[in-house]
Amino acid sequence: MFRVDRDVLAEAVAWTARTLPVRPSVPVLAGMLLEVTDEQQLKLSGFDYEVSAQVTLDLQSGDAGKVLVSGKLLAEITRALPAQPVDFVVDGAKAVVTCGSAKFTLLTMPVEDYPSLPAMPPATGVVGSDVWASAVSQVAVAAGRDDTLPLLTGVRVEIEGESVTLAATDRYRLAVRELSWQPEQPDISAVALVPARTLADTAKSLTTGAQVEIALTSGGGGGGEGMIGFESGGRRTTTRLLDGEFPKYRSLLPTEFSARADLATGPFVEAVKRVSLVAERNTPVRLSFRGGEVVLEAGSGDEAQAVEVLETEFDGDAIDIAFNPGFLLDGLGAIDSDIARLQFTTSTKPAILTGKPADEPAATPYRYLIMPIRLSS
Amino acid sequence: MSRKQQVPRLGPAGGRPADDTGCHILHVDMDAFFASVELLERPELKGRPVIIGSPGVRGVVLSATYEARAYGVHSAMPMTRARRMCPHAVIIPPSHGKYGEISKGVMEIFRSITPEVEPLSTDEAFLDVGGARRRLGSPARIGALIRAQVAERFGITCSVGVASSKFVAKLASGQAKPDGMLVVPADGVVDFLHPLPVAALWGVGERTEEALRRLGIKTVGDLARIPPTTLQRELGVAVGSHLAALAWGRDERPVTPHQPDKSIGAEETFSYDVDDPEAIRRELLRLSERVAARMRAAGHVGRTVSVKLRRSDFSTINRSRTLREPTDIAKEIYSAACALYEAAGLERVRLRLVGVRVENLVPAEHSARQLALGEREAGWREAELAVDQAVRRFGAGIVRPAALVRREGDDEPRLGRG
Repeated sequence: MFRVDRDVLAEAVAWTARTLPVRPSVPVLAGMLLEVTDEQQLKLSGFDYEVSAQVTLDLQSGDAGKVLVSGKLLAEITRALPAQPVDFVVDGAKAVVTCGSAKFTLLTMPVEDYPSLPAMPPATGVVGSDVWASAVSQVAVAAGRDDTLPLLTGVRVEIEGESVTLAATDRYRLAVRELSWQPEQPDISAVALVPARTLADTAKSLTTGAQVEIALTSGGGGGGEGMIGFESGGRRTTTRLLDGEFPKYRSLLPTEFSARADLATGPFVEAVKRVSLVAERNTPVRLSFRGGEVVLEAGSGDEAQAVEVLETEFDGDAIDIAFNPGFLLDGLGAIDSDIARLQFTTSTKPAILTGKPADEPAATPYRYLIMPIRLSS
Repeated sequence: MSRKQQVPRLGPAGGRPADDTGCHILHVDMDAFFASVELLERPELKGRPVIIGSPGVRGVVLSATYEARAYGVHSAMPMTRARRMCPHAVIIPPSHGKYGEISKGVMEIFRSITPEVEPLSTDEAFLDVGGARRRLGSPARIGALIRAQVAERFGITCSVGVASSKFVAKLASGQAKPDGMLVVPADGVVDFLHPLPVAALWGVGERTEEALRRLGIKTVGDLARIPPTTLQRELGVAVGSHLAALAWGRDERPVTPHQPDKSIGAEETFSYDVDDPEAIRRELLRLSERVAARMRAAGHVGRTVSVKLRRSDFSTINRSRTLREPTDIAKEIYSAACALYEAAGLERVRLRLVGVRVENLVPAEHSARQLALGEREAGWREAELAVDQAVRRFGAGIVRPAALVRREGDDEPRLGRG
């Protein structure tokens, strides 16, 4: 059917296989569809009704045709093949993969049973792939993982002209990232709620091209399902959107603070990791900011305790505040800055973690809100 | 109580005081605690048989004065039987808040003596006074001091056992009752123990007693003379070696201050079986309120909520669920309890008893609460804390959920009180 370089094939198969369902609801969904078009292109597709993935490769030679084989098995085989051209031939109900002296015979599945992939919606705009990947990962870290609250497992994407805002929250923290892109229409206004895990995977895997094309259909009242599509460097993927009204998060972001602390991010992360070694599940790390230093503490009198002191550039009223160390580390890992800035009002009000803006008083594009843990007294 | 036999009193009854060197463990037990507290308000009943307990058909005796005990009445006995034994006894329904208050005050007295206080229940505790001797004198003097302070502050009496180990101290206070103190000198433990019936030992219940009787063992002394290996063969390794050690007065368990509650629960036996889900839920609410208030009073929060549902044929099921965050809020306990009741598939089944319990308790001060975005600063917890305050000031039941307000003075037959 076709011949292609092993590296090219292996990479394309691996990328497509990522979206294949582990426990498919129908057997054909475990398959990967390989199709050679009349234009001498190879298309590899995977689909689980939620997420679709398709790679298009140019071929040197090939005969038009379609075949459906086990995607997982094909991925394992192509990964293990020697670095030589791969020949893929369909022989009746079998597919034969030959590479160098190795030869595999795979069973095929009925192509007619395979659902057709959703059409890619028309492109809505374009964003740099690296900026997109980093923005998505910064926000996805705060998304909920509890499937009983599906709404919170999503990343809210808000498009307003040239600016895109991403937001996610699991009720205990809220991450918001602003970025700019090039919309097809300058006055576009759209919102979407995209499953966070899929979005993060997708964004990370689309960094081979310089840009990502984003396509959005909001579903709307027309009955059609809302969908978002991403395309970059011959790879395209679509994802069904989540339903529901995302919390009105903007009003939750505090704008006035009574204190501000700047800390070197690396040492801060190390210190939080160290003291939280003694923090049991659901117990906090306590931060006491006084003048030029912060005391980090975890553990209690009945158990192991840890304490560490760090320098900080502190401005405002002294404050004692406690956080889930995991939440704090997630935020510190996401700010993408050498200096972390924490801003507070009181020990029971949300704190905001950002990177220190390069040129003040400019705002940072990324804000990570973290709800404190209230210590009962 | 009933199975404890009378034995001649030893100790400082006459002659010179017993040697209390090395007897650093005190067991303090209030005498007929609930009954004594009730008599404070009803002094005219002094000297008469008084029984505390719910007078209903399914009530049990919670406490009885010594005058009633003379008729064979003892705690945990069904009320109907107690009435038969002592028909002229005055029966007073329990009023829990009062006991708790006095109990707290008594425990405060203990803790002013030493921090090493291990409460066993509302009305008894072990104290390790080893560290208080320099300050307050010998263990016997400390025992006398406690008895005087309790009598002076609360007008009720207690009995104190002084010994070198917990179980001997407990036996000694039992011997000293009522209103007495008994010191068992360290070198007098064996003499003290050996004449006692085996049933007096910790861990000897009816079945073990029966097994021992078959071996011809009646007293602790008999038991002490049996080789431990024989006991282990007859009673199992654990029980056998435990009894062999106790028979020689060996009990190494230390006094452990505030033994943390592993769980807090409340249950209710209906005065007749109930199948109305509404009534069951109302009872679950009442029990959740009670449990939550007790947890807050004890400073505990817990993550696991369980319900106990007993059908009219006594078959019982327990169901539990673990919450995301520990709680001491009645509303949260109640909603988990209701969900468990509904999931148990026992709606419309006649129930004899329901219970609510919170397990996996941790001290509230360590259990910090993760705040959620947009959460109101003052939530249910604050509302319930306000109720606690009102209750402290005006008494139990002054504020309660609307669903529970109709209960008293209601015409339709209602659930009995526990």
